[in-house]
Amino acid sequence: MSLADFVKRTISKWMRETGPEDDIVLTSRIRLARNLKGFPFPTLATDAHAGEVMELVRQAAENDAMKRLGKFEFIRCRDLSPLDRQMFVEKHLISPDLAQQEKHGAIVLRDDEVVSIMVNEEDHLRIQCILPGLRLQEAWNLASQVDDALEQTLTYAYHDQYGYLTACPTNVGTGIRASVMMHLPGLALTGGIQRLLSAVSQVGLAVRGIYGEGSESFGNLYQVSNQITLGESEEEIIANLMSVVQQIIEQERNARKLLMERNRIQLEDRVSRSFGILAYARKMDSKETLERLSDVRLGIDLGIIQGVSAGILKELMVLTQPACLQKYYNRELSPNERDVRRAQLIRDRLRMSDTEVHG
Amino acid sequence: MLCERCHERPATVHVTKIINGVQTAYHLCEVCAKEQGEVFPNPFLMGSPFDFNKLLSGLLNMESSSGFAPVTTQAQQRCGTCGMTYNQFTQIGRFGCPDCYDAFSSRLEPLLRRIQNGLRHTGKVPGSAGERQQLARRLEQLRRELQQAVAQEQFERAAQLRDEIRKLEQGAQ
Repeated sequence: MSLADFVKRTISKWMRETGPEDDIVLTSRIRLARNLKGFPFPTLATDAHAGEVMELVRQAAENDAMKRLGKFEFIRCRDLSPLDRQMFVEKHLISPDLAQQEKHGAIVLRDDEVVSIMVNEEDHLRIQCILPGLRLQEAWNLASQVDDALEQTLTYAYHDQYGYLTACPTNVGTGIRASVMMHLPGLALTGGIQRLLSAVSQVGLAVRGIYGEGSESFGNLYQVSNQITLGESEEEIIANLMSVVQQIIEQERNARKLLMERNRIQLEDRVSRSFGILAYARKMDSKETLERLSDVRLGIDLGIIQGVSAGILKELMVLTQPACLQKYYNRELSPNERDVRRAQLIRDRLRMSDTEVHG
Repeated sequence: MLCERCHERPATVHVTKIINGVQTAYHLCEVCAKEQGEVFPNPFLMGSPFDFNKLLSGLLNMESSSGFAPVTTQAQQRCGTCGMTYNQFTQIGRFGCPDCYDAFSSRLEPLLRRIQNGLRHTGKVPGSAGERQQLARRLEQLRRELQQAVAQEQFERAAQLRDEIRKLEQGAQ
């Protein structure tokens, strides 16, 4: 398979398309946790329970209301190879936990990969919508529509006082996790990032690296999300997150402006070196890849690097992950081989025009 | 992310050490983290990598030791539906079934107050829950009217009501 074909086949809508504020906000994501009435949560579910939940969800995914929302496919985890499951994780369509649920896990996936529903993860259902750019409201509307459609044939565990019941009380109530993935190289370079992140955590929001809970940030990528799910409506939660995200965007823009005014030559040198390394290196580990891509993306955003699409960061941060690499080269690769192949894929991609890839 | 030592298992232990102002970050799997004991002099971290559920169960256990009632009886409180005890919940940080929320509500509320913004859901309500409720109320009303119509020997009206009830019942299935 040619690289252009592989890119076309592999990338999801969130990697391919642009959106509002996407010089800083890579994606907006909404996740709703739901459970079925009359069944134990997956923690305690027997094989029979888990099987029944899966069957009910499979039927619900085929109902008329769901058909009106697009083309959905129900996929059992056990019908996917471990490599394919890992690729779903790398594309942010499922969680690492679900990838482990070989026996009872399943995914309901819309063909554009904007909507993915995880079955039998920590909760019976995790409805996820992921869109490029800052489009939280739109993602919430869509997630809520999918929620309503599934509900035509499913009965949720719902409590008049506590709202939607979830396995972990940190998700109870709305069951919503709204998160925004941000690229903040300006704040990182000017040293404002730590102060900002601690301020954000004081207003009830969480900041994580791109690998989720507990992970450190690489490539200046941060996920900002709500922590509170009970006592605030979905709209309040989203408005609160939006206002903080807007402030972070403003500070990042100011930091970038400051860098261009005061340290222009150092900045140009830094991003150009990173571009040179990506374009010519023969070995690249994933951490360095993200760091160099972050520099190059900043260079593109500031007009220092021209002729390379801004989408390169989103695209390559996924395509250079281990499972994607192994899928492309169609064989198992040792970590050492991966570093060599990763460098090769990046070099090849940088030499292709965007029209070759996106048509 | 893979463990930076063995490159085989996912890195679940993330440690940043700062010695004399020099910052070093480690991303290791559990196995390598244990083998690299000297890097992590903190025994808490070595034996049990920090995770959210453990933090939560820490909070919950704090809760149980500060109460007036004897800890053991509270900890052995059990959900009537799935059989999970409160003690088990504090260990895994997750409930067994939806009914656990009512079974443990008195223990849960102090926790919710701390981690959430209040105790009452104010967001979206299941659409069909509302619809079902409305339908049930409408059916109830129609049945009452039907009884009245029969009692007053208004048979034409009764037949109309019977048909309407039948239609609604079929629609509900």
